[in-house]
Amino acid sequence: MTMRPLLRILGAALVGAALIAVLSMKLNAFRDYQIAEIAVDVTAVAGLTVLTGLSGQISLGNGAFMAIGAYTTALLLLHLGWPFIAVLVIAAIVTAAAGAIVGVAAARLHGPYLAGATLMLGVALPSLANADQGIFGGDQGLNVVYSAPGFLGVNFPLTRWQAWVCSAVAIVVLVLLANLARSRVGRNWRAVRDDEVAAALAGVNVARARVLAFVVSATCAGMAGALLAVITGLVAPGAFTITLSIALLTAVVIGGLGSLSGAIWGSLVIVLLPTYATDVATSHGLSTTVASNIPVAAYGVVLILVMLIFPQGIQGGVLWLPRRFGISTAPARQPVSTEPHEKEGTE
Amino acid sequence: MVEFLQFTLGGVSFGMIYAAIALSLVLIWRGTRLLNFAQGGMAMFTTFIALEVIYRTGSYWAGFVVALAAGIVLGAAAEFAVIRPTLGKPELNAVIVTIGLLILLEGLAGIFYGGQFRSFPTAFSDIGLRAGSTPLGVSRFDVFVAAAVLATTLLLAVGFRYTSAGLRMRAAAFNAEVARLSGIRVARVITVGWALAGLLGALAGVLVSPATFLYPNSMDSIFVFGFTAAVIGGLDSPVGAVIGGLLLGVVLNIAGGYLGADVTALIALGILVVVLMIRPSGLFSGARVRRV
Amino acid sequence: MKRSHRLRVPAIAVVATAALAVAACSSGSSTSSASGSGSSPAASSSVSASGSSSAPLTASAPGITATTITIGSHQPLTGPAAPGYSEIAPASAAYFAYVNANGGVYGRTIQYKYLDDAYNPTQTASVVRQLVLQDNVYSIFNGLGTPTHLAVESFLNAQKVPDVFVASGCDCWNQPTADPDTFGWQLDYIREGKILGQYVAKHFAGKKIGYFYQDDEFGMDGVKGLDDEIPKSMVVARQTYVPTNTNVGPAVAALRASGAQVVLSFSIPAFTALLKLNSLKLGFSPTLVVSNVGSDPITLSGLLESFAKQGGATVNGNQLTAGIITDGYLPTLGDTSNSWIALFKKIHDQYDAKAPFDGNVLYGEAVAYTFVQAMLKAGRNPTRADLVSAIDAGLPQGPAVAPYAYASTSHDGVTGAYIGTIGNGVLTQQGPVYTTDASATGAVTTYTGAEEQAPASGIPAP
Repeated sequence: MTMRPLLRILGAALVGAALIAVLSMKLNAFRDYQIAEIAVDVTAVAGLTVLTGLSGQISLGNGAFMAIGAYTTALLLLHLGWPFIAVLVIAAIVTAAAGAIVGVAAARLHGPYLAGATLMLGVALPSLANADQGIFGGDQGLNVVYSAPGFLGVNFPLTRWQAWVCSAVAIVVLVLLANLARSRVGRNWRAVRDDEVAAALAGVNVARARVLAFVVSATCAGMAGALLAVITGLVAPGAFTITLSIALLTAVVIGGLGSLSGAIWGSLVIVLLPTYATDVATSHGLSTTVASNIPVAAYGVVLILVMLIFPQGIQGGVLWLPRRFGISTAPARQPVSTEPHEKEGTE
Repeated sequence: MVEFLQFTLGGVSFGMIYAAIALSLVLIWRGTRLLNFAQGGMAMFTTFIALEVIYRTGSYWAGFVVALAAGIVLGAAAEFAVIRPTLGKPELNAVIVTIGLLILLEGLAGIFYGGQFRSFPTAFSDIGLRAGSTPLGVSRFDVFVAAAVLATTLLLAVGFRYTSAGLRMRAAAFNAEVARLSGIRVARVITVGWALAGLLGALAGVLVSPATFLYPNSMDSIFVFGFTAAVIGGLDSPVGAVIGGLLLGVVLNIAGGYLGADVTALIALGILVVVLMIRPSGLFSGARVRRV
Repeated sequence: MKRSHRLRVPAIAVVATAALAVAACSSGSSTSSASGSGSSPAASSSVSASGSSSAPLTASAPGITATTITIGSHQPLTGPAAPGYSEIAPASAAYFAYVNANGGVYGRTIQYKYLDDAYNPTQTASVVRQLVLQDNVYSIFNGLGTPTHLAVESFLNAQKVPDVFVASGCDCWNQPTADPDTFGWQLDYIREGKILGQYVAKHFAGKKIGYFYQDDEFGMDGVKGLDDEIPKSMVVARQTYVPTNTNVGPAVAALRASGAQVVLSFSIPAFTALLKLNSLKLGFSPTLVVSNVGSDPITLSGLLESFAKQGGATVNGNQLTAGIITDGYLPTLGDTSNSWIALFKKIHDQYDAKAPFDGNVLYGEAVAYTFVQAMLKAGRNPTRADLVSAIDAGLPQGPAVAPYAYASTSHDGVTGAYIGTIGNGVLTQQGPVYTTDASATGAVTTYTGAEEQAPASGIPAP
């Protein structure tokens, strides 16, 4: 591919990194932790948006891949004590292998059948932790210890370091995925998503493209799981319930299906909205049962409203604003088909 | 041997509940090609309404009927207010909307009814039946559960097959454009489909809540297994939904009895993988995988 | 590709604006007063009960000002684990409200901020960091749940934040060298298993015993204690359940098939009720011995109520719980002549009336009482280390029926319990209080010390 798009992507990555560095120093330690949480989610959601948006395969089980990455990380750190960067790479490889297995098994599944299979994967996999309580720690899980490197000095806040590490991984993942989406692999994915038969006739190996998409998305989820393990400090089945997988899919669609910027929007929503809603509810002094359920109900309402008002997700809404004021952002070429649900969701 | 019988018969009861949820998902899938993730949540909410009625009137059957009526209303209202605007838009939007609806219903239930476990009554005695002196592991109520779900399934099957309303629904599901050209009010047909699905979900909720206790998240795992049953049977096939539900309920109960409670989800995953490997669209689905 | 160029910048700009907006919001957040109705935020400036010291009150530690003490907690308020547990924090808040209205702690009011973690360790990690790093609470109090609290134990100890009276019976809170700021409170499950086991081994010698327990550290620690006291030859069946699967029919059928005459159940109330319901369905009626967590008569009656009504006019919820044997480490709710029950009921009726006065409410108030004891002992202007030292020096047993194990070498809480039976919906103590330790070989001995009476003012003496 040409150099200009690559330079633009790298430029955006540098701007993002600088922005996060500034924010992490201006905001308090808890907000730094939230930056880390958001970055973890961006890593997982970006992978899922490639799988679901670009490749058209719905997965309700990416929480299971995060669990695999997290447990691999915890076991390696606990028993071998390797440096985190090595552990991260191994967690990515292990989860990629799992993704390949699932991808092959799921290659012939479509739509709701794929959804059902991945849903049950997301429900069943964490229960393996109870299978061998000695190794996996059962319900109590495994503790993970991770501290900031010595060269930063004793007073460097751990949460800022966590924000930096997670954001660095997220930015690298976004850059790699953006390149992948623009490459032949990405074009193959979109072709398979839009019309499998036509793609096969054009010479695309459909099964390989679909499995590759699973591998990529699983790898991202595995790395996100590794990061989650080190920032929270505990890896337990209770952290990887089906709620997590559903939250990831929610972030993908809310942010903008198939859009990497959408991965950022979606992650912001799933991390910040519950905290914000809880703060609002408790500051009104309502009875506990009501106050603790209002954020739940509010979250549901927001999901519904965002989907109804912005059918292309938040990124679609962001694109709509300049168009509304007369600035043209429409692509020069026509989309592949006129069916709304087959429209490309890039950017 | 006695335990095996107890496990099997006990599994039929839960299996019928999964079948009811599976059936409601099949109804919605055939009508709108959507997955309704809020099905369990809607069932939970209507069961809470039933509980309120039972407390105030003292009559189980009043609550039962109100639950079914509330299910119809809730299903139709959800379709009209929240699902219809998503038709024609990307498919996943509707999935997220139903997830939002599920979360909203769980929050509302927590606000109106509180988060504590509520005991829900059975229609008939839940004391175990015996063959001679051996307990069978089922009660009169379990028999009622199976009968109620089967009766509803048969009514729906007959209705689809032999009434003109049923014919309209099948036509609209098969090809909406052509149906519209034939004068069928497709939008209304879809709403009716969602209303019927709501009725089935409400029935499942009322029948299963005595065994799970009623609280905002009580239908979550029932929904997951009901969805699995629908996938196993094939989302296009009502017969598949019932058979898938029964199969899942019985096998999981037997496995739970011999292997312990924590393997249930893994066994379900195993069944799902095996079935989908052989038939990627479920056991009874009519759709054929296109091969070129 | 010009379109994409113009897009990247606006997208990032909007993200930046959003992030700065969030930052602006966060800098304005203050510690809200105890969430929950009934807590009267009366900032009491009257002289404290002790009266003697006249040193001015200062902001001696994070979370302490001249007028307030702010503490935090993580609790499952929503989600599948909420039923039951969500009553505990409001009950503690009610006791704090009473204390606030009657002079506070050396004149300071206690602000109790508890946040929902939905029993998800990831969320626990987040809300506890919010409480410590943003809201600057003085101490974390009564964090609920074992996997959830394990997620934050190292963090709290690294930050040197007192982590007192964890709401879990896991023995993992007793690590004075590794985690000096963490303290348990309730009777841990191993001790409880030993006390129940010793009773069963003595009174049901020769019978067949079956275990029914939750498949996590709660059930497994309990069984560890049971196995320390009950000979292996007596145990004919061991069945587990998981809280996510209410279908315990197969487990109960297996228990019945084994011929068990006594079933020892380490279960939460919902699963005790399900055990009972499924036993009735299978015509299985063993003697039930249930752990303290799962045996609250009021909760059980409520869960069995509908079944009881169906069984006919002669059967009510209380009849279904009759004969259940359990243990208790707080006075029984039915003992209205007990000074603690009278005190806590009075406070409940005034500040937490919507909740039923059951075991969870009693627990919440009792642990809050213990916290106030510790704060009074920590001094007029305590640092965080002062609170930890105060507990390390030992605390009077207050409402508990047996002493605490608190010392610099032990961070275990209550060390003993009595055995009781349920009849007519109330628990009645049978026999003496037993104490023991958490080791496999430590004996279970009868406790001969006296129980304490509640102070007349309802507030501990400093």
